[in-house]
Amino acid sequence: MSKHAIVSQILPFSCVDGPGSRLVIFLQGCNYQCKNCHNPQTISLCDTCGDCVDHCPEQALTLIATQEIDLKQKTHIVWNSTLCIECDTCLTVCPTKSSPKISHYSVEQMLTVISSQHHFINGITVSGGEASLQLPFVIDLFKAIKLSESLSHLSCMIDTNGSLSTSGWHKLLPYLDGAMVDLKAWQQTTHHYITGRDNQAVFNTIALLAQHNKLYEVRLLHIPGITDYDVEIDALATYLAKLPSDTRIKLNAFHHHGVGDIASTWPQCTQADIESLATLLSQRGVTNIALPALYL
Amino acid sequence: MALQENIVKIVSHPHLSPKQKSNYLALEAENSLPYVTVSESTSHAMKDGIICDMFEGHAPFKPRYVLPDYAKYLKQGSEYLELSPAEDFDDALNALIILYHHVPSVTNIPVFLGHVDTLLMPFVSGLDADVIYRKLKRFWIMLDRTLPDAFMHVNIGPTDNIICRTLLRIDVELQQIAPNLTFMYDPGVTPDDLLLLATTNICLCNKPHIANYPLHADTFDERGFGIVSCYNALPLAGGANTLVRLNLKQVALKATSIDDFFQQTLPHYCQLTFELIEARSAFLHQKSHFFDSFLVKEQLIDESRFAPMFGIYGMAEAVNILQALSATDPIAKVNSTKGVSSYGNGYGHNLAANQLGLKISAALDKIVTSTPVTYGYNGRALLHSQSGISLDKGVTPGVRIPYGTEPDPISHIQALAKHHQYYTAGISDILSIDETVKSNPQAMLQLCKGALSLGFREFTANVANNDLVRVTGYMVKRSDIETFKHCGSRTNTTGLAAEAAINTGILQRQARVIAHEQSPFVYE
Repeated sequence: MSKHAIVSQILPFSCVDGPGSRLVIFLQGCNYQCKNCHNPQTISLCDTCGDCVDHCPEQALTLIATQEIDLKQKTHIVWNSTLCIECDTCLTVCPTKSSPKISHYSVEQMLTVISSQHHFINGITVSGGEASLQLPFVIDLFKAIKLSESLSHLSCMIDTNGSLSTSGWHKLLPYLDGAMVDLKAWQQTTHHYITGRDNQAVFNTIALLAQHNKLYEVRLLHIPGITDYDVEIDALATYLAKLPSDTRIKLNAFHHHGVGDIASTWPQCTQADIESLATLLSQRGVTNIALPALYL
Repeated sequence: MALQENIVKIVSHPHLSPKQKSNYLALEAENSLPYVTVSESTSHAMKDGIICDMFEGHAPFKPRYVLPDYAKYLKQGSEYLELSPAEDFDDALNALIILYHHVPSVTNIPVFLGHVDTLLMPFVSGLDADVIYRKLKRFWIMLDRTLPDAFMHVNIGPTDNIICRTLLRIDVELQQIAPNLTFMYDPGVTPDDLLLLATTNICLCNKPHIANYPLHADTFDERGFGIVSCYNALPLAGGANTLVRLNLKQVALKATSIDDFFQQTLPHYCQLTFELIEARSAFLHQKSHFFDSFLVKEQLIDESRFAPMFGIYGMAEAVNILQALSATDPIAKVNSTKGVSSYGNGYGHNLAANQLGLKISAALDKIVTSTPVTYGYNGRALLHSQSGISLDKGVTPGVRIPYGTEPDPISHIQALAKHHQYYTAGISDILSIDETVKSNPQAMLQLCKGALSLGFREFTANVANNDLVRVTGYMVKRSDIETFKHCGSRTNTTGLAAEAAINTGILQRQARVIAHEQSPFVYE
């Protein structure tokens, strides 16, 4: 019996989620509550309250009840993507700010989607939300790709906040080609302020992936005045410089697109901010720094 | 009198160069002659905008596109031009530059400069890389400055050689609108790192265009082919005598049902298109004496290798119109509340719509490959997906998906790939790719390989916000369009792009693409 994934979106062609061109599977649900989240609708899982259904101008959402094996009634929101005009009214009215526009995929169904694109991509990336929260599905999917004659050339990567436990990583490592890990702040308190969680697990994750040669990229989202990359530049640079030399240090620029309340009052990160951070890092021996392709 | 007024307007225009004035004057003179003789129904179809002669002129005295056998020329020299065979690199460059000035086309300057890397490779021995670079860079600048339009076209590849690599390096350094550049890709011959060099250039300046070499090679004979102007594929040592295009949108509007379209209107207007093709090529071949030129006498071109191009455009509109006609079609019903071109359901997005489009392409292919023409390649015209001209409003070029409604690049390719088998004289679907690809040329490479492996004849991409931008097939600099209004341009195609910008909003929509190779107007 195959595991199912709760998917918020599949992007058939991405240039920014790992090496080459990639099909990206965004999984719904995240264990961080980042104040600056650019996709807050991917954090919570829909609790099928149904409040969004009547607000949908295209009647693309319906609430249905199904009888489970134990004879309990269970409700579902069904989203008809062909009627949807992407107006996002449902996201605005949702009391838990969670998207009802999700789909369920079995591993087999996902393989069909990937097969239909395999000429065009160098690999797949699972992202989110936080992809590692649906680890059993991710493991089965990666395993199936590695075993498939026509798909085994595709690299399997994960885009993660680094919160997964060491034992979880060990289960995924045999099928994983590389990971992109967000290091959202240097100090514990800053990390806690931004994400609502400590960052010890992130450091453990980075160390473990580096040790197994699976650390493709460490990502720093620079929010001027909020993240502590610049004030902790010496410690941060020393740490990054010790990572394997082929690990990319990707600098991302914070922008307001999609962010809520407090974060929308934070300053956006400019090209000059990024370039100055890059200079500070490279002056301290950090190599392989990648800058954003564009600034919003 | 109107003719004199037009001539006064041209000769006294403040922003046209003397050479540009001469070209416009010649066109005025040609168009003061009576049009080649055609039937009343063909003439009506032209007036109604169903059939279009691309403003080639009333009395065609030169072929639309000419593709000389430059290799033969370098080898044998030219009696007419009083040149001995080329002996070294400088000889070869010099000889090419001379011949370019004697190769006409619809634009009065050559649209095909040859497979320049293959042509020059026999002459590189003894030259170091830096010398080759400096010589070719001068050559590249010379081409842009002396043959001033972006239909002028160079081919390179599929083999890996120093000229090919050096030209890619120079082309991205200079980022000129001219020459237009096609890189031939053959998976059996071209190494990945060379294709990566080409796709890296695309990320930076939207050039070159990548052609599916094996697919084109199979279409033509062993003497070969070239990609010219706006991605027209034609026999080498031959060319296109004329290009007449059919507006499928207008043909669909004349139809009462899908059946009527396939059984009546499409065959009828195809026949009229052939009539115009016959009339125009008859004048060129029988009356103009073009084929008495030294190009023919010295066997650089061969009259039997010229073919008319049967162009089509407006496929997207035709499909949406026809689907709305069909009451039993569930798609049309869905559309009835949203309008026929609503893009979630229309051409390029919906399976039934895409299949209908493919059926139209197959029907056109059948008509064109089974209809004899007097002056054709193996007695036939060649089907061409025509990229539009700057005057087209409300109709999409070729078989493309309408601007602003394109799906993601992969769905885009998948929706159109099967059309490419039919358009032997060229088809280009311009993929618009967002800027994130700039730091990831490997992704562009994979997209290109994917498209070609699915049967794309040509892979063309516009990356958002590059200054150099593709307008159908030819390139223009956004910055040049801005200054054109005030001071004109030394480059002939800038005016076409400026007109296109007004008529079709290419600069507002990153993916908007139009073509126009001979302008009927003097720009105000």
